[in-house]
Amino acid sequence: MNFCVALGGNPNAGKTTLFNALTGSRQHVGNYPGVTVDRKEGRYVQNGHDMHIVDLPGTYSLTAYSIEEVVARDFLVNERPRVTINIVDASNLERNLYLTIQFLELGIPTCVALNMIDVARGRGIEVDDKKLSRLLGVPVVPIVARSGFGKKALMDAVETVAEAPLLQPLRVSYGRDLETAILEMEKIINGSNFLTDLYPSRWIAIKYLENDEQILEKGRETDPQIADGLEAITRNVGAHIEETLETYPEAMIADHRYGFINSVLKQGVIKERHDRNRLFLSDRIDKVLVNRFAGPIIMLLVLMGLYQFVFTYSEVPVAWCERAFEWLSDMVSATLTDGLLKSLIVSGVIDGVGGVLGFVPLIMFMFFGIAVLEDSGYLARVAFMLDRVFQIFGLHGSSVMAYIVSGGIAGGCAVPGVMATRTLRSPKERIATLLTAPFMNCGAKLPIFALLIAAFFPHSRAQMMFILTLISWAGALLAAKFLRMTVVKGASTPFVMELPPYRLPTFRGLMIHTWERTWQYAKKAGTVILGISVLLWAAMTFPRLPAAQVETYANQRVGIVSTAAPQVVEELEAASTSRPLSTAAAELKDILLVVDARQAGAALRHSLAGRVGTRLESVTRWAGFDWRTNIALIGGFAAKEVIVSTLGTAYSLGTVDTEVTDSLATKLVAEPGWRILTAWSLIIFVMFYAPCFVTVVCIARESSWKWGAFSMVFNTSLAFFLAVMVYQAGAALGY
Amino acid sequence: MIHGVPMATINIRNMQVNQEGTIASVKVGGELGRRLRDMGLVPGTAIKIQGRAPLFDPVALRLKGFTLTLRNNEADLIDVEVNG
Repeated sequence: MNFCVALGGNPNAGKTTLFNALTGSRQHVGNYPGVTVDRKEGRYVQNGHDMHIVDLPGTYSLTAYSIEEVVARDFLVNERPRVTINIVDASNLERNLYLTIQFLELGIPTCVALNMIDVARGRGIEVDDKKLSRLLGVPVVPIVARSGFGKKALMDAVETVAEAPLLQPLRVSYGRDLETAILEMEKIINGSNFLTDLYPSRWIAIKYLENDEQILEKGRETDPQIADGLEAITRNVGAHIEETLETYPEAMIADHRYGFINSVLKQGVIKERHDRNRLFLSDRIDKVLVNRFAGPIIMLLVLMGLYQFVFTYSEVPVAWCERAFEWLSDMVSATLTDGLLKSLIVSGVIDGVGGVLGFVPLIMFMFFGIAVLEDSGYLARVAFMLDRVFQIFGLHGSSVMAYIVSGGIAGGCAVPGVMATRTLRSPKERIATLLTAPFMNCGAKLPIFALLIAAFFPHSRAQMMFILTLISWAGALLAAKFLRMTVVKGASTPFVMELPPYRLPTFRGLMIHTWERTWQYAKKAGTVILGISVLLWAAMTFPRLPAAQVETYANQRVGIVSTAAPQVVEELEAASTSRPLSTAAAELKDILLVVDARQAGAALRHSLAGRVGTRLESVTRWAGFDWRTNIALIGGFAAKEVIVSTLGTAYSLGTVDTEVTDSLATKLVAEPGWRILTAWSLIIFVMFYAPCFVTVVCIARESSWKWGAFSMVFNTSLAFFLAVMVYQAGAALGY
Repeated sequence: MIHGVPMATINIRNMQVNQEGTIASVKVGGELGRRLRDMGLVPGTAIKIQGRAPLFDPVALRLKGFTLTLRNNEADLIDVEVNG
């Protein structure tokens, strides 16, 4: 028999661990339609049953407040899994059963997996699973998801549930006032089969009393008249309860659910040897790790350690990747003759794909590091300690991860930074973090900063880098505040957050987590990025120089060669890399290269990007940028490293190595249009303008294309505004 | 509630670290109210202040055997009965 099994439970109850234990490597990750909530699926085969296992998002409840809850509920209702495994934490049973009760009220076939019985036992908690099973009316199987203990017994119970007839939904008594209303509503609902094809009638009535937006809306769509009737009953009983008891129906419902859970637990289901709120090892660790003085220091060290781990240790594999693509690029260059096809393949395809795959080791290391912090429970402590600061700017304590990884410590990368916002559960704070993290000084912005600092601030390099880091943090936080006051305004999402006990992450869990994220990145980003890369290549290549002009440069070359001594020309033509050239031949080569560079500069100016850059000059003059800078900035959209090399081409310096920029620095200082103020203006612009397109694609993937487009327009406008301010104010002050 | 011991109702912001009490009321509806209740903050629940963040906000509570964090402005909505 083939059937679908859903896996639901509280966050931190061990859901992912159980899912990994059941499905092993036979799993894949997708998205629930329309939202960025991961949908993990896998297979489990037993006794000839092929079970399709779907991991629901972790939730504490089945209300309609968070995306996760709506996704979980819609899945259970619309796709009707044959069995739902509800994983509960045995050491934290009371709160975990709150969700269980809601599964049972929904009347879905459920099987409870009582996880972490070892941890519970260690805390002096004994749970009588048989009694609990009898009282709830569903199987309860003790397991330890980490070790795989009880897995077989659990799946046997799942088989039994799959073959058993459907149970009646659980009835929790909600007190006389509410019960009267529920009965009245049920009569109406059953009388007209109002939504009963989807939900049990009592459940619909309860959701009306809970003011559940999603159900209210569905009701209005289905039958406005009945919906009005039900809403009227809700209002009446609500007013009555507020008047007599000073509470809300939804509060009473929660109270009664917890009351029901207590009455179950008190019948000898749970035996506790100690005070349940006493301190355990985890709390003793917290005494140090979230200590007022030691806590922030340790946190700083841990975050620096993460940063060091991600960016230092990934250097080696990143270098392998780069070398592999260089080799490929050289191979193609050597095989193909000069021309459009070669240029397309080398500059468009290989550079584009290489750009994406070059990030892969970085992303792997970043997700591994974050998975360790997250799975161990430390990340929640970081959010706890920093929340007060980030709250001021309308963000969340967890926003710090994204900022740090994006380059909060100079040299990060916004691509993994944007992906790190996944640990944020508050949607508005998440968008604001996502949009402002690219303001940090990523590694690719550093070459252009280094160039400008070397040229214009040669005596204060270290101080300048530090100042730039501070400017980017201030800019990001203030921009976040601005966004939270305008486009993503609204009250902050409640910070109600669990501090889970510290746990040692399982190696397998870390590996699966890291692999899955990395693969998702490579697969999704790769396709779009290849396309954009080719487009940018085309914009910087077409239209090409008119034949007449190409001929002029060719004639110049011929002229130069004809004036040189024949044996020198011969030597240059026969030259190979192994033998050094004579002085005369080297001189000739340099003269020819100057012509090449001039031609490349002219071609760039003639291209679409060059024309746009030239056209924009009248506007960008306000910030002190000429057409050369404009082209370089357009190229920087492909990757910020490109700014330096494009600037080199625009200044007809030929190929400029991003590592050795002395010639370009000297040239800039000598240019009449350049002074310290121009450098400041450009630094500010580069820091804040549109993220590179790899980041934009990631932002779009993590939110929507609307936000991806927004980040380009908003960031560029902001950057231009700031650059103009700096330039004009500076000029007015006489700099 | 033990007979003879004076009881006082205060809100969580004014509780000391390690002070214990019982939730008297949660005076908020809507999303925040529901989130608080989903996490087990319902009247009658025993809580203990476990600690505060370095800048005194948020606050960490211990209840029902687990640790929960709240911002002070959220905690203000919860009244707790403590031994006076």
